[in-house]
Amino acid sequence: MKAFLILEDGTVFEGTHIGAQKEIISEIVFNTSMVGYLEVLTDPSYAGQAVCMTYPLIGNYGICEDDMESKQPWAEGFIVRELSRIPSNFRCEKTIQEFLEERGVPGIAGIDTRALTKILRDKGTMNGMITTNENYQLEDIIPKLKEYTTGKVVEKVTCESKYDLKGSKSLADNGPISGSSQFNKADFEKGIREPKPSMIRKINGSGLRVALLDLGAKKNIMRSLTARGCDVTVYPASTTAEEIIADKPDGIMLSNGPGDPKECTGVIEELKKLYQSDIPIFAICLGHQLMALATGADTFKMKYGHRGANHPVKDVVTGKVYISSQNHGYVVDTDKLDPKVATTAFINVNDGTNEGLVYTNKDIFTVQFHPEACSGPQDSGDLFERFISMMRRRKDA
Amino acid sequence: MPKNPNVKRVLVIGSGPIVIGQAAEFDYAGTQACRSLKEEGMEVILVNSNPATIMTDGDIADKVYIEPLTIKVLEEIIIKEKPDSLLPNMGGQAGLNLGMELDESGFLAEHGVTLLGTTAKTIKKAEDRLEFKETMEKIGEPCAPSLVVENVQDGIDFANKIGYPVVLRPAYTLGGSGGGIANNQVELEEILENGLRLSRVGQVLVERCIAGWKEIEFEVMRDGAGNCITICSMENVDPVGVHTGDSIVVAPAQTLTDKEYQMLRSAALNIIDELGITGGCNVQFALHPTSFEYCVIEVNPRVSRSSALASKATGYPIAKVAAKIALGYTLDEIKNAITGKTFACFEPTIDYCVVKIPRLPFDKFITAKRTLTTQMKATGEVMSISDSFEGAMMKAIRSLEQHVDCLRSYDFTDLSKEELLERLKVVDDQRIYIIAEAIRKGVDYDTIHDITMIDHWFIDKLAILTEMEAELEKGPLTVELLKEAKRLEFPDNVIARLTGKTEEEIKKMRYDNGIVAAFKMVDTCAAEFEATTPYYYSVFGSETEVVESHPKKKVLVLGSGPIRIGQGIEFDYCSVHATWAFAREGYETIIINNNPETVSTDFDIADKLYFEPLTPEDVENIVNVEKPDGAVVQFGGQTAIKLTESLMKMGVPILGTQAKDVDAAEDRELFDKILEETEIPRAAGGTVYTAEEAKAVANRLGYPVLVRPSYVLGGQGMQIAISDQEIEEFMAVINRYEQDHPILVDKYLQGKELEVDAVCDGTDILIPGIMEHIERTGVHSGDSISVYPAPTVSEKVKETIAEYSRRLAKALHVIGLINIQFIAVGDEVYVIEVNPRSSRTVPYISKVTGIPIVDLATEVIIGKKIRDLGYEPGLQPAADYFAIKMPVFSFEKIRGAEISLGPEMKSTGECLGIAKTFNEALYKAFLGAGVNLPKYKQVIITVKDADKGEAIDVARRFEKLGYTIYATRSTAVALNDAGVKARKVNKINQESPTVMDLILGHKIDLVIDTPTQGRDKSRDGFLIRRTAIETGVNCITAMDTATALVTSLENAASQGELTLIDIATIAKRGN
Repeated sequence: MKAFLILEDGTVFEGTHIGAQKEIISEIVFNTSMVGYLEVLTDPSYAGQAVCMTYPLIGNYGICEDDMESKQPWAEGFIVRELSRIPSNFRCEKTIQEFLEERGVPGIAGIDTRALTKILRDKGTMNGMITTNENYQLEDIIPKLKEYTTGKVVEKVTCESKYDLKGSKSLADNGPISGSSQFNKADFEKGIREPKPSMIRKINGSGLRVALLDLGAKKNIMRSLTARGCDVTVYPASTTAEEIIADKPDGIMLSNGPGDPKECTGVIEELKKLYQSDIPIFAICLGHQLMALATGADTFKMKYGHRGANHPVKDVVTGKVYISSQNHGYVVDTDKLDPKVATTAFINVNDGTNEGLVYTNKDIFTVQFHPEACSGPQDSGDLFERFISMMRRRKDA
Repeated sequence: MPKNPNVKRVLVIGSGPIVIGQAAEFDYAGTQACRSLKEEGMEVILVNSNPATIMTDGDIADKVYIEPLTIKVLEEIIIKEKPDSLLPNMGGQAGLNLGMELDESGFLAEHGVTLLGTTAKTIKKAEDRLEFKETMEKIGEPCAPSLVVENVQDGIDFANKIGYPVVLRPAYTLGGSGGGIANNQVELEEILENGLRLSRVGQVLVERCIAGWKEIEFEVMRDGAGNCITICSMENVDPVGVHTGDSIVVAPAQTLTDKEYQMLRSAALNIIDELGITGGCNVQFALHPTSFEYCVIEVNPRVSRSSALASKATGYPIAKVAAKIALGYTLDEIKNAITGKTFACFEPTIDYCVVKIPRLPFDKFITAKRTLTTQMKATGEVMSISDSFEGAMMKAIRSLEQHVDCLRSYDFTDLSKEELLERLKVVDDQRIYIIAEAIRKGVDYDTIHDITMIDHWFIDKLAILTEMEAELEKGPLTVELLKEAKRLEFPDNVIARLTGKTEEEIKKMRYDNGIVAAFKMVDTCAAEFEATTPYYYSVFGSETEVVESHPKKKVLVLGSGPIRIGQGIEFDYCSVHATWAFAREGYETIIINNNPETVSTDFDIADKLYFEPLTPEDVENIVNVEKPDGAVVQFGGQTAIKLTESLMKMGVPILGTQAKDVDAAEDRELFDKILEETEIPRAAGGTVYTAEEAKAVANRLGYPVLVRPSYVLGGQGMQIAISDQEIEEFMAVINRYEQDHPILVDKYLQGKELEVDAVCDGTDILIPGIMEHIERTGVHSGDSISVYPAPTVSEKVKETIAEYSRRLAKALHVIGLINIQFIAVGDEVYVIEVNPRSSRTVPYISKVTGIPIVDLATEVIIGKKIRDLGYEPGLQPAADYFAIKMPVFSFEKIRGAEISLGPEMKSTGECLGIAKTFNEALYKAFLGAGVNLPKYKQVIITVKDADKGEAIDVARRFEKLGYTIYATRSTAVALNDAGVKARKVNKINQESPTVMDLILGHKIDLVIDTPTQGRDKSRDGFLIRRTAIETGVNCITAMDTATALVTSLENAASQGELTLIDIATIAKRGN
């Protein structure tokens, strides 16, 4: 079936319909990762957006549900050059076509995704519609596209109620150490699948309790903490600061999440209180932006954002550069940063934008990129160690 | 970190002659590195024995030594030039080994030379099997269970412990020489014994066989501050068991989830961090297809073939950045030259699919085994880019220039399903065609996968291609179907064949319906940032993004495609120089080529680079977009020449010598007419199509005769026939492929072979020098030792050659380059052949005469005159030194290949010996080619009757040098009768000890074995030669070569200090 992608500037791409049978209006963004489409689809930060993958061959390894970063796909639409006809991977459970249909995600394939990317790059992120209606009327659609905003999406993606996750007691709980897993043919034939290999080689968070404010958290943030031994309590985004503080966590983790940070007025108010609490805080992506807003800084919308797995970020103290996974359309405005409150900790090597802050005289540091990876490089995973040391220091003091 | 201020004079070691496993990629890397160093204000001293390379040009480095790559030579150069640093990791394994040896001996420290980039300690950790394994164990990176052995018994014991099959990998060898998989003890003993001998340190690794696992590679970079990035992942379509150089490779990896991908990526970074590599590095993994288990196969702590491929696949200039890192820069300080906006410290992300296919030499060595193993056999490779795997595959197939253009190009329709399954077990270069046929016959993916271990995803992609074939065949050809076929990159001629229409009809239907190629940009960032580098590939069904160019005149330079025997790196040298010369003259330059190893496909050589197959249709797509003012075909070897007619049909003017004149040189009748008019003699001959006609001509001329197809390079299919029977045999071989042009049969003249490369402006001709071949006629010019200036012919012959060259160039209206080969019999000169285009010897003769022939040819092509360019026409005065070009072979890599020299070219590369005296030049040339004698002072001589006279002289000279001479029966009799003491050895089928036992005993320096006239029928001779080659014994098959070698050895004895000649100085003098 034919499908159309209509952009608010009037550009129309004709392709083939994929996934669920439905029409959507969404913000159109592109992601430059070459692998990890399932992680992208299920990253809650994509709520309110339809994602175009710049890599043209998608679906090659099918769907391994174990790799989902949340309970469901959040991207509202999926735009690809070509969907693989067959999936091929030993863990594959279904094809991406089946997954998109089952989970209600519509999409379009067979379009010139590079041309689309160039439009978004040159004109900036814009809204669009994916439809199978051949009789679309541009004059009717475009005003609707212009009207669309992602709105208060954090409310949609956060958990309903608070829950606990236990930290790993030993490395064995995390599964085999990367690469050391020996293949057991007999088990495999019986349908026993090996756990994913773990990159973590030290349990050093035992006994630490982390409060994770779920603004649309990717599973691997929880996993990164529990695999290091931390016990994690996950709170809905609407939780008050008082409630969190009352639980006496050793540290607070603010997660990633979707949308314009300035829409999260309620969370910002609570963060102001957490800032005063002296509990160590580590924040990622939206959490990083909200902390900045809570302490008087500003954020702005980038032309087309950073979405991909190849962004270099530099630690301004050590000079070390990490390749990071990123997904953000807004960024902290460092011009409006008060050095008495916070200073730049990381910058993006490509465009010099802010990638992290360290708060003055506070046990707070926040990053714009994704040390939890999934998808993308695991190079900056050590930041969780830094958070653990911070909590440990505070606890021992 | 800023640049290290102590580095001012850098010595760069090249990789030497092109051999299988070490090819043009090191010219690309070395050239990029030298340019990068010069950009930083360094003085660069370059050493490389290979004269065909671009890196050995006077304008790439400040001082250029085309000298043998030996420790002694390097030490002398270091003493003379006093560099403060040495960059060893740009010259492949050869360069790296030399750098290591110089460091280990303390020589570098003694002379205040620092090793730049990766340190010797790191190199040892990465290259020494034992240290590497220990390091991997330390950081928890798994290796396959393995043991380094230094003798066969230890290998047997270990194999019994871990079980067969086992893989054997000798330490410190190129392209996996001497390695292999042993399925049982007999095979183990054979391979292990050989591997121990070939290893520089006498070590071989015996390891658990992981054949059939996915082979995944990462190209990584690390700077001195410890910043690590990966440039590109690559997945081998052929699983572990086939050398990656012989595998079809796709980039990026296609069948890995993020979990597997990141696991291996992290491991790669973990490894280079632990090894402390600074610069580029290649890490190879084996990944279990149905679990997360992986093994590190190996690490190459240097630029490599894979890094060249990764550079071209992503646009990231690995060698250039590695050179800057060596100077002390960190990745975040180096600009990304492609975007000009971002920095080198990021990971390229690509929005297309890249496929590389090796160019295997089985069309040259028809007796060789086609099987692919862990020992590399490919001489070169092609790469293609598309937005689908199918498209990239189809483009790569037709880029090979091996009479293939789709998955039906090898016909296996006769094979039954059972036979196909049997055939699938054979791992060779035809495997994808067999898989395609199996799919057509309904074999399911699981069965194919179980036999080949090729991933289902790739099998499905091949299936999609076979389904399209079937649909096209079935018809009707709708616009939609045509669109889809083009999206999958089916060329028009294949669609025409399948649909029963003509190619013209298909093309018309396409154009009528707007189905035309679009061009996309390679930009390292999947369009995230605006890029400025015009590096393009074609796709169908997308919009084009080629930028409107400046109002300059545009010239199309056609490259020479994959490196193969007969068409090597020389033509890349010519294409690149022509491009630079056009640019200097104010032209906008456009290069089309498909070889990822070369300098010409570097993104900053031409104004625009199109990475595309070199077929008429693909070229026309580019012509439609670019509308060039002209095209030059004379620099890109036969690949470019073959496109002449098509370009003219497209209305593109051919710059320089016109097509009809090229034809006149190739067309027998036209050429004979020209020779008659110009009164130049040639050997009598005739043109034929069939064996019957050939026999008639041969009998009229009298045997021996030379049989060859026209319009070929490297004498492909050329043979000397001595009987009707041989004519039949050779004609059958030539006519395996339909010949568009007649076959030539000429009387074979025995004399001295001479050669010139010249530039002609239509009026005047400039002949830089005359080259003389050491081997008499009958040995292909590319396989002959070539001497400049010609040492043994009379002035009269030289004058005649100059005069004939002038007449021929004029009669053929040559504008640009011409190459002419002559035979001198006494003072009589005959012309053998004329090629109005660049030749293999152009770089060599340019460098040793200091006359930049390609530059001059380019200027002449755009209308300048030789006199205006500051040169006096005619034969230039001879140099006051000798420069000898020595062919280098890769026979040990190709099991079963006939090594004896003949009219068909077999060498893969060349090196140069340049010195004040002929003897020293010859000595250097042999040294450069790796003939480093004496070792045991024992030689075996077995020659045909006609050579016995000369053999006596050669043997006597060897005897004088203290050699013990062994000879087979009749040779021994002849030698002993002449008073040369020769020990008789038995032939192979006689009782032990035989000649084979002697060779296998490893105490022999040299075998001189001249095969009987024509193709050697004797299995004995073939076996002797193969055994010698495979056991690492030098083997000579022509008496002239033997004479040259003994002369060189006599000279070696008295050789003191070598004289060193800086080519850059010659270049300056020449100008």
